[in-house]
Amino acid sequence: MKKTPLWQAHCALGAKMVDFAGWSMPVQYSSILEEHKAVREKVGIFDISHMGEIEVKGPGAMEFLQWLVPGDLSRLEDDNALYSALLNDNGGIIDDILIYKISGQRFFLCVNASNASKDYKWIAGHATSFPDVEVANLSRDFGMLSIQGPNAEPLLKQIVPYPLEKLGYYQFATTTIDETSVIIARTGYTGEDGFELFINWQSTAAIWERIFSRGKPFGLKPIGLGARDTLRLEMRYPLHGHEINETTTPYDAGLGWIVKLDKGEFIGKEALVKQKAEGLKRKLVGMELLDRGIPREGFNVIHNGEQVGVFTSGTLSPTLNKSIGLAFVPVELSAVGTQLLVDIRGRHAQAVVCKTPFVQPKVRRKPAGEAVTEPQSAPVNQ
Amino acid sequence: MKFPDNLKYTKDHEWARVDGDTVVVGITDFAQHELGDIVFVELPATGRTLSAGETFGVAESVKTVSDLYSPISGEVVEVNDGLEGRPELVNKEPYGGGWMIKIKPSNPAEVNSLLTSAAYSALIKEGH
Repeated sequence: MKKTPLWQAHCALGAKMVDFAGWSMPVQYSSILEEHKAVREKVGIFDISHMGEIEVKGPGAMEFLQWLVPGDLSRLEDDNALYSALLNDNGGIIDDILIYKISGQRFFLCVNASNASKDYKWIAGHATSFPDVEVANLSRDFGMLSIQGPNAEPLLKQIVPYPLEKLGYYQFATTTIDETSVIIARTGYTGEDGFELFINWQSTAAIWERIFSRGKPFGLKPIGLGARDTLRLEMRYPLHGHEINETTTPYDAGLGWIVKLDKGEFIGKEALVKQKAEGLKRKLVGMELLDRGIPREGFNVIHNGEQVGVFTSGTLSPTLNKSIGLAFVPVELSAVGTQLLVDIRGRHAQAVVCKTPFVQPKVRRKPAGEAVTEPQSAPVNQ
Repeated sequence: MKFPDNLKYTKDHEWARVDGDTVVVGITDFAQHELGDIVFVELPATGRTLSAGETFGVAESVKTVSDLYSPISGEVVEVNDGLEGRPELVNKEPYGGGWMIKIKPSNPAEVNSLLTSAAYSALIKEGH
């Protein structure tokens, strides 16, 4: 089993460790509910070093990435990140990724832990058709920490010399912590204001300790994968292998906004144009249970006695204290307010299609003192 | 982790306590710890007849769902309605307020075949 640089730190904190995509990772330290609350109300720190990093650089990098992903990188400024995806020829999502633009000739891709090798092969394989593009798998060069919650900025200001108030959502900067170079991005997967840090693998444990040493007055808690999942689900952020996979397109998953059909050719475009012309048959919706019980992944959605859909994720929302979930349902049953049934181990429970996100996000849309702009952005995934 | 001597245990991590002519059933300290925050408990209706080893409900934590197995055979004569509003009692008081059902045994001697505290402790130490 693979271990992040923080494996010993997790064990010392008494974390319950689980196998996640071949990595030994903390699922919880104290309690998922407590950890979830800590992120919503104060600040939490997550080890996300298991995630993959792939560098794409060279004079042809921009042209290559424009063909590789459905988003339009020509609109992206330096030191900004874009939420995007790797698509197959059918428009299916191989992975959802974040693209960090360091310059027009250098990009950094952050990918899901479970897909890192597959993504690297996919990207490197396609890059061979493009001259002057180098692709490198840096997944073992970088550790990653995520610091999320309303106290994330005041806490990190104690440690990071960069004026963090200047970073808007999906912007990043290269700075130092104790003479260690780090990339700090105002991104996250919780709906709270927060930051994600790329740190060289060897220094990741020291930076984790450094943040911990200053964290107490801010209510800092270590957060495991369990709360990461409940936090992202309240935001309706998709999770690869659940809401999205190689058989779901961005349109299926409600991610049509990441597709820019007018930007030129890209992998999967033909299939997406066709799907758009034909119209969607199913839609991913948020649902809330009206009866007792918790909808889980794989539970069927029932209408007029027939199975019409399936849940991709479900949990008790710690913030709302309600059972919530995401499910694929036929388009004609996807309107907010539509009442459906959920098959909970043979019992049919009442549920209703509801608005999402389930909880209002508090991400910092703009840098302090600047006009409101709406970046094209969404969460980094796990 | 506590496994009181006055209780009997199953390999599936339920406990049973003889209380007059009924047997009180819940899940062990080990089970609640493994599950984590329990947010929902589904219990049977009173009057239902159970066989030893039969599923009588589920305990759900934020992340997982776990079946509950009856330690003995008999009729469910009472369920802990308090868990509907406060499922966290199973975490806080697994042997007290977090009890789940009371069974009127069809064969009172069946309780004797369950594990003692020492035997259950040994099972946990072996990593089951």
